[in-house]
Amino acid sequence: MLLTVTDITKSFGTTRVLGGVSFDLAAGRSLALTGESGSGKSTLLHIVAGLEAADSGEVRVDGAVIPNNDKALAAYRRDVVGVIFQQFNLIPSLSVADNLSFQARLSGRVDASWIADLTGRLGLGDLGQRYPEQLSGGQQQRVAIGRALAARPKLLLADEPTGNLDENTADAVMELMVDLTRDAGAGLLMVTHSDTRAAALDAQIRLSHGQLI
Amino acid sequence: MRRAALLALLSHWRRQPLQLIALLFGLAAATALWTGVQAINSEARASYDDAASALGQGNETRLLRRDGGPLSPESFVSLRRAGWLVSPVVEGSIGGATLLGIDPFTLPPTAASPNLADGDRLERFLSAEGLILAHPDTDLPTGLPVETAANIPIGQATTDITTAWRLLDREDFSYLVLSANQPAGLTPLAQLAPQLQTVTIEAGGDIGRLTRSFHLNLTAFGLLSFAVGLFITHATIGLAFEQRRAMFRTLRALGTPSRTLTGLLAAETALFATLAGLIGVALGYWLATLLLPGVAATLGGLYGASVPGTLTLSPSWALSGMAIAYAGASAAAAASLWRVANLPILAPTRPRAWALASAKSRIRQAIIGVLLLGLAALIAAQGHGIVAGFAMLGALLFGAALLLPLALDTALALAQRFAKTPVLNWAIADTRQQLPGLSLALMALLLALATNIGVGTMVSSFRATFTGWIEQRLASEIYITAQTPAQAEAARMYLETEADAVLPVRRTNARIAGAPAQIIGVVDHPTYAQGWPLITASADPWRAVATGKGALVNEQLWRREGLALGDTITLLPGWELPLVGVYSDYGNPEGQAITSLAALQARVPDLSPLRYSVRTDPARIPELRAGLEEIGLPSGNIVDQVEVKDVSLAIFERTFLVTGALNLLTLGVAACALLTALTTLATMRLPQLAPVWAMGLTRRRLAGLELGRSAVCAALTFVLALPLGLAVAWALLAVVNVQAFGWRLPLLAFPLDWARLALLALLAALAAALLPAIRLARIDPSRLLKVFADER
Amino acid sequence: MNAKALILALFIAAPAHAQSFAGLGEDADGFAIPVPGTTFDFPTDHGPHPEYRIEWWYLTANLTGADGRDYGVQWTLFRSAREPRGGEGWDAPQSWMGHAALTTPEDHFAAERFARGGTGQAGAQAAPFAAWIDDWEMSGEDTLDQITVTARGDAFSYALSLDAQGPLVFHGDNGHSVKSAEGQASRYYSQPFYEVAGSIETPRGPVGVTGHAWLDREYSSQPLGRTQSGWDWFALVFEDGSRMMAFELRDTENAAFGSGSWIEPDGMVRPLPDGSFTAEPLETTDVEGRSIPTRWRITYPAEQLDIEVGAINAQAWNDLVFAYWEGPVRITGTHSGTGYLEMTGYE
Repeated sequence: MLLTVTDITKSFGTTRVLGGVSFDLAAGRSLALTGESGSGKSTLLHIVAGLEAADSGEVRVDGAVIPNNDKALAAYRRDVVGVIFQQFNLIPSLSVADNLSFQARLSGRVDASWIADLTGRLGLGDLGQRYPEQLSGGQQQRVAIGRALAARPKLLLADEPTGNLDENTADAVMELMVDLTRDAGAGLLMVTHSDTRAAALDAQIRLSHGQLI
Repeated sequence: MRRAALLALLSHWRRQPLQLIALLFGLAAATALWTGVQAINSEARASYDDAASALGQGNETRLLRRDGGPLSPESFVSLRRAGWLVSPVVEGSIGGATLLGIDPFTLPPTAASPNLADGDRLERFLSAEGLILAHPDTDLPTGLPVETAANIPIGQATTDITTAWRLLDREDFSYLVLSANQPAGLTPLAQLAPQLQTVTIEAGGDIGRLTRSFHLNLTAFGLLSFAVGLFITHATIGLAFEQRRAMFRTLRALGTPSRTLTGLLAAETALFATLAGLIGVALGYWLATLLLPGVAATLGGLYGASVPGTLTLSPSWALSGMAIAYAGASAAAAASLWRVANLPILAPTRPRAWALASAKSRIRQAIIGVLLLGLAALIAAQGHGIVAGFAMLGALLFGAALLLPLALDTALALAQRFAKTPVLNWAIADTRQQLPGLSLALMALLLALATNIGVGTMVSSFRATFTGWIEQRLASEIYITAQTPAQAEAARMYLETEADAVLPVRRTNARIAGAPAQIIGVVDHPTYAQGWPLITASADPWRAVATGKGALVNEQLWRREGLALGDTITLLPGWELPLVGVYSDYGNPEGQAITSLAALQARVPDLSPLRYSVRTDPARIPELRAGLEEIGLPSGNIVDQVEVKDVSLAIFERTFLVTGALNLLTLGVAACALLTALTTLATMRLPQLAPVWAMGLTRRRLAGLELGRSAVCAALTFVLALPLGLAVAWALLAVVNVQAFGWRLPLLAFPLDWARLALLALLAALAAALLPAIRLARIDPSRLLKVFADER
Repeated sequence: MNAKALILALFIAAPAHAQSFAGLGEDADGFAIPVPGTTFDFPTDHGPHPEYRIEWWYLTANLTGADGRDYGVQWTLFRSAREPRGGEGWDAPQSWMGHAALTTPEDHFAAERFARGGTGQAGAQAAPFAAWIDDWEMSGEDTLDQITVTARGDAFSYALSLDAQGPLVFHGDNGHSVKSAEGQASRYYSQPFYEVAGSIETPRGPVGVTGHAWLDREYSSQPLGRTQSGWDWFALVFEDGSRMMAFELRDTENAAFGSGSWIEPDGMVRPLPDGSFTAEPLETTDVEGRSIPTRWRITYPAEQLDIEVGAINAQAWNDLVFAYWEGPVRITGTHSGTGYLEMTGYE
């Protein structure tokens, strides 16, 4: 199993956000995580992404527990996962081309032909020298997908990646993301509040008040 | 509604106390530096006015004998009996001071006499014992009835004519002061006293002209510090505007008219300006009281101008301080207010737009910068005078500052091309993007650094030249001043047998080319040829001097009169000699000439015979000292070379104490500007940092990069400040100094000083970046995560 | 602060201990004290008395110009001693001060001069008579019967010849003039009978003048009592040939002290003791920011005299280091004529 999440709990102060969540995800598969606002789905994604620490429980990727010290967590984020957020995924001071290759270069896994392939499939061929603020929202999210996949992560994590996009653009972006993840042989965990978007993935789980239902 | 809106606006500051402190500090620091300098200037000016109206300094016309000789009391009385309003003055040397004997009965009101109002001063002044009034720092022999008077210049002592006669052992006058207003219908002077001539002494020629440059210098520093303080204020006001943008939008949406909002913000600015202005004026006063003793020492040491070491509170500079606080706050807030006034209610939010100047405006700035540099070059080539010198400095500094953003961007772009790792590449790219927000602070740093290098190099060059010069100049081992001619003769006879050489030191005061000057008579001795550093000379100048066929003049006189070798100088009426050489004479505001003692003696028979300089084996100094004391010379009248050097260097160091203090203050304020700018930027940089963090850089690493970035900016700024500072030093040494002091100094390089300053700049930059960096290293990840989720 | 203001101190302020008597006719500092019954010795007494602290030669003249206008002239030389000795040399302890003024109905010009004694710049001598400071000079016969007077300032000058038409007049007890109830006194005599001819010059040009003049000679070592704040002094010349000198010394604590002389046309003198006449201000004028009485009523019942004395130029302010009002006056009432008024202490 690529990703095994076991009995994760998390509280913010006295508010219990996650109350013992467990699920797993196989390589090459995609899983949608849905739920109401405040159901804890983003927090769960952040814990899997190594951006936040769980109070208890464990997350294993390829059988290895994700570390809990700052430095190792940073390496995990860099080398193992790719994350796409709703917005601000890109580094404003770098060009599109530099953004695309940034994480790959960080993790030392630059594969020029794979990046070229990604650029082509994401339709970003002409935009390499532009800067993020010169792109439309859909273009920005496509660059974010390319950037996340360029390093060939084992696990792609997306948090409402189409939340800021109109329907048509959102559909196109979704399709690209699912296809590319599958082709890369990675697992995809996506947080969304939309059941339609969730239906496009291989499997769905739903969070309510910190529990899977 | 206004009240509610104002409270909403002000609530921002309650949540951001640090920002409030930065804002107030910036404005208060700017006001304080400005006010402090103004206070010092006005205090000094007031005392010049006193001094300038004192005898011998003000605008006055004198009657002198055409042959330069003394005037008889009878000639004074006969002129008075003919109706001419004249007043006698006898002038002579006593100890190290000039003694002026005056007649308080006839001294015209334009030449204010010393203050005789205290107690029974007048009675004692006219009494048989007499009363000598002198500045506390004036060097007078002991045992005289001296009382201190603040309005008499250092080095001068004033007493009644009868007392002066007794002390100087003469019964005649050096000159008569001619009252400006004379009755009508008098017999012309030419008919009454053909042997006399009138000479007009220019007002302010002495102290005013000399000190003007010093004050211009101080004012320039004050303005510079003020500008640097404004950078801070501008940065904080800009930040507060940006952070409250959402609030402005809400207030506008809730129906607050744009005009009301702008008005409220203006009122808020005025409130802060008042608060900061008051703090600033108080700080300025405090600063001035700290610096004034140094300024007094500087002016005393350099020009002999006497300035009291204590400050009187004057409303004029306090008001000017408040005015400058308001002006500064308005200037700093104008741009923000303009933006608020023109803020569209539904403007799209742009997270990092507040200081993002386009490349276009950077180019425009650079063009202005180049124009200013061109102007500086033009002034350097064409300009005259001290004001032109400072105008050139101003154009140079601000031109360079305007070029800074483009220069830094270009340097960073070049660096980015060679950056191999993605993190480095990103860090450089990110720095470039932050430049517009940082550039004001960096400009402040550039100005502070360049001024530091410039002034530091000037002072160090001066010190090195001065030290070398004094080594050479003070060639004799012992200098003695006897109390009486008989004692001088006894000392001379003793030294003739005991020392290697006894050189008489004979000087007389004169007016050369209309300005006060000294003529020194020297004997033919190798000491002079070896010791006096000459700037330029014809062949064998000392031979010409020894034979009475030529004269040397000091650099000040040479430059002021535009003399060339071979030109004829009139030393005394009827005594003309060709110029055979020019020597350095630092620290002396007056002109000076050296010629043969025999020739001088022939024209001025009553030269004071009390001073000698003595050549001897340094090991024998204690022995000779003992011998001289046995003859009766007070030990204070026997000074050895080491003492003179120590005193001279001490005066020199005191002289530049203030400059040094202001230098450091300016640098400190620039560091604060950097701190404010970095703190400001830090809070709005999360969107830039969050993705990089999410992609696998630790917060600690990011914080380290922040520190590095600040250091690199400071280092680059320093690299640019170095040539600029040298240009400033050149301008100070070759233009301003020549105009202000009359001497030109060689520009010497002091790489160690520069290295120290570079280190200081780096430390300042690191210190400024430390707080934001620590905050970043400890930031809660959830705040970074919010970036990806918040609607902004 | 100008040292000249301090020189004033030499002329005005007597040391506090000056009042205490150290011996007959001498005070603690060795200065002479006026003693009643002393006879004058002329011409010697026309010259200086360095043994007294203070002394003056004080001339005032009421003149009429060839242009028909009224003019007034003042010429004064003050001497003040720091020690009771004269002598030559720049260290002689004597100080001299000269005041000269010219009053027209519209203008008032005043000038001053200072000098130390012993130098020749200023001084006085009995025979041949001369008193001078710089180029200002009063000189002539040893008897003072015929003298000339000259002075000039920035904007005026005058040269007058004076011819005495009567004898010298001695005030008080044969020249012993008491100044206060405490007994301060001076030696005081006058020549009030001069006829004058000469010329004056103002910025309007030169004018020939004629008229009468009054010379006061006074010396003392006890100028004023400590509480005396100033004086009002009148020298009045009536058309019937009689003259009157009257002064009142104002006092901050006590009643004013008055004294004077009634002078018959032939020179006979009757002393006016304190209380025998009245002098009462009728009108004041704002002069240089001060309120100065410029119109007075004077009564002297013994002569059935009840007159008003009014300034010819109310702005006759001597704006000098030692400032005071001094100018010509016109007399109306039971007697008419012209005269001079001096008022000090209106600071």
